[in-house]
Amino acid sequence: MRHSGVWILAEQQGGRVQRISHELLTRGRALADKRGCELAAVIFGNRIDAADLSELIDRGADRVIAMESPRLEHFLVEPYAACLLKLLADRRPEIVIAGATTTGRTLMPYVAILAHAGLTADCTELDIEAGTGNLLQTRPAIGGNILATIKTPRHRPQMATVRPRSTRPADRAPGRKGQIERLAAPADLPPSRVRRVDFVPSADEHGLQDADAVVAVGRGIKKADNLPVARKLADALGAALGATRDVVDRGWLSYPHQIGLSGKTVTPRLYVALGVSGSIQHLAGMQTAETIVAVNTDPDAQIFHVADFGIVGSLFDVAPALTAKLRAAQGKPGGEESK
Amino acid sequence: MRIVVPIKQVPETNAVRMDEATGTMIREGVEAIINPLDLYAIEAAIRLREAHGGEVTAVSMGPPKAMTALREAMAMGCDSAVLLSDKAFAGSDTWATSYVLSAAVRRMGEFDLVLCGERATDGDTGQVGPGIAAFLGLPVVSYVSRIESVADGRCRMHRLVEDGYEVLEADLPCVLTVVKEISDPRLPTLRGKQKAKRADVPVWTAGDLDVEPSKLGLEGSPTRVVKIFRPSVARKCEKLLAADETSVATAADRVVEFLQTRELI
Ligand SMILES: Cc1cc2nc3c(=O)[nH]c(=O)nc-3n(C[C@H](O)[C@H](O)[C@H](O)COP(=O)(O)OP(=O)(O)OC[C@H]3O[C@@H](n4cnc5c(N)ncnc54)[C@H](O)[C@@H]3O)c2cc1C
Ligand SMILES: Nc1ncnc2c1ncn2[C@@H]1O[C@H](COP(=O)(O)O)[C@@H](O)[C@H]1O
Repeated sequence: MRHSGVWILAEQQGGRVQRISHELLTRGRALADKRGCELAAVIFGNRIDAADLSELIDRGADRVIAMESPRLEHFLVEPYAACLLKLLADRRPEIVIAGATTTGRTLMPYVAILAHAGLTADCTELDIEAGTGNLLQTRPAIGGNILATIKTPRHRPQMATVRPRSTRPADRAPGRKGQIERLAAPADLPPSRVRRVDFVPSADEHGLQDADAVVAVGRGIKKADNLPVARKLADALGAALGATRDVVDRGWLSYPHQIGLSGKTVTPRLYVALGVSGSIQHLAGMQTAETIVAVNTDPDAQIFHVADFGIVGSLFDVAPALTAKLRAAQGKPGGEESK
Repeated sequence: MRIVVPIKQVPETNAVRMDEATGTMIREGVEAIINPLDLYAIEAAIRLREAHGGEVTAVSMGPPKAMTALREAMAMGCDSAVLLSDKAFAGSDTWATSYVLSAAVRRMGEFDLVLCGERATDGDTGQVGPGIAAFLGLPVVSYVSRIESVADGRCRMHRLVEDGYEVLEADLPCVLTVVKEISDPRLPTLRGKQKAKRADVPVWTAGDLDVEPSKLGLEGSPTRVVKIFRPSVARKCEKLLAADETSVATAADRVVEFLQTRELI
């Protein structure tokens, strides 16, 4: 049997399908159309919301394969890998795309080894090669200085992860036709040698990587006591707060705020950099943001090379002024007083 | 406890050139360092040994000069090291790299933990840790931010995920990949450096490992780099000066306008 079909690996939490799944449908639909094949959304979980599953069809899947068991409620590598490997062996898809989430980045490499498949991480572009039908996977290499296009000529499936927020969610077309299969996990699922005993939600209300807008502070903020200047702007924009490594190293903000090569990658619609120089390592984590606004006292700061809008000035003047204007523009209180 | 720490030697800067023909990096002439994210794995391993006794072994697959990285790891406090170096390993993708590293770990005998960095700053995939686990037939816990306890053949730890921390318990042996939060890497001591300089670090080639030649290097790698190009920075920056009260106010107005036209607010 030859391999055919494009799969995306949808994700759920507490039985609700996550946004990354809809982003993956955008990618998957384009590939399936080019390849002229079926697009399936595969999802593991327990008691997954039925309406959420049909929404996957509405948003572009031709088929939904939901595999459920209490043991699949939360991601654990062994049961998830066993289920995915079984599905791969039974149905032989040609392409499998997952999100570069903590789940996708763990499950995909684990499974790729056991399936003897090629896997490319953090692809920014996916395409089908004319003629061969091979998947063309383009990703940043070496700190984003270079893009590399990668192929998996001889192994199937061809596997890739894409970063969350690097595509828009697929639009909903209610009434689209598709098939939903709800399957029980294989009865012989091996016991997991890792157990989830607890969960501690992070103090941040919104996850940096999921945020539509990010305000990032660099060493220009000078000390932790000055952070409210950035926080107020972030609040006015509904943005999450991020930081450069220098800020994290100094203990002004914690590691989960760090953006860049050795921190998180974010692709928000809006990225506002306050006192960030724009080192290549920092750019690696944010230059795919849709719009970049930078405030820096140094007119030659590298951050301006990737910015759409730059203000050469002190963040201590500009950020409060901007916060006030934003609040005024949105008709919110505090417009003038926070100046 | 017996702990193995796979470390990668990476170029110090990002000013790396690529060989357009093979799609691999040209490493000559670039200062090489231990992958900065691996320092956290080394530190976490040394702390576990300090608390529970045992031995920490660093292992690296790379060219002969990766020996420097291994001696540095020993100077930090690793007890021993092994270099995996062979022309046959050249051009490995993460599949082939995980294959060789897992074969080396197997050859070392019994162990409790394999501690990897979150990802290497050059390849930047984070795939090798889970890959080693898959080859060893062991579970992996990725993004470990804290090891709470190790006792009775079990490890209890925190895993950093998108919206918080999972608390997980794993049976040993097990493979972990750790994030920066886990520790503050120590600096090598003078005594450590002297010890490391004298240490005998074996070099294993493909022949020393139980591996199939067809699964090594470029040949054994499912993925192929077919094209390398420079991304075009297609951003035209509109720059404004904000030096006094008036220009600050104007600039703020313009930003708000700009965000409105882009429908960002
Ligand atoms: C292997 C490796 C990995 C790394 N990983 C990361 C990473 O993941 N993320 C990361 O961020 N860095 C990373 N770095 C560090 C990186 O090289 C830079 O050192 C760091 O990004 C610089 O942070 P910064 O912009 O806050 O500080 P600086 O470079 O010191 O810049 C501060 C900026 O603030 C401006 N400024 C000063 N005062 C004001 C003011 N009043 N108003 C406005 N602007 C002002 C200055 O003009 C300057 O441009 C890494 C480095 C290495 C070697
Ligand atoms: N050549 C190598 N030798 C030893 N360890 C490696 C090698 N490549 C990767 N690793 C380990 O795997 C982790 C993830 O690397 P990567 O998947 O390349 O991003 C690193 O932090 C190291 O712990």
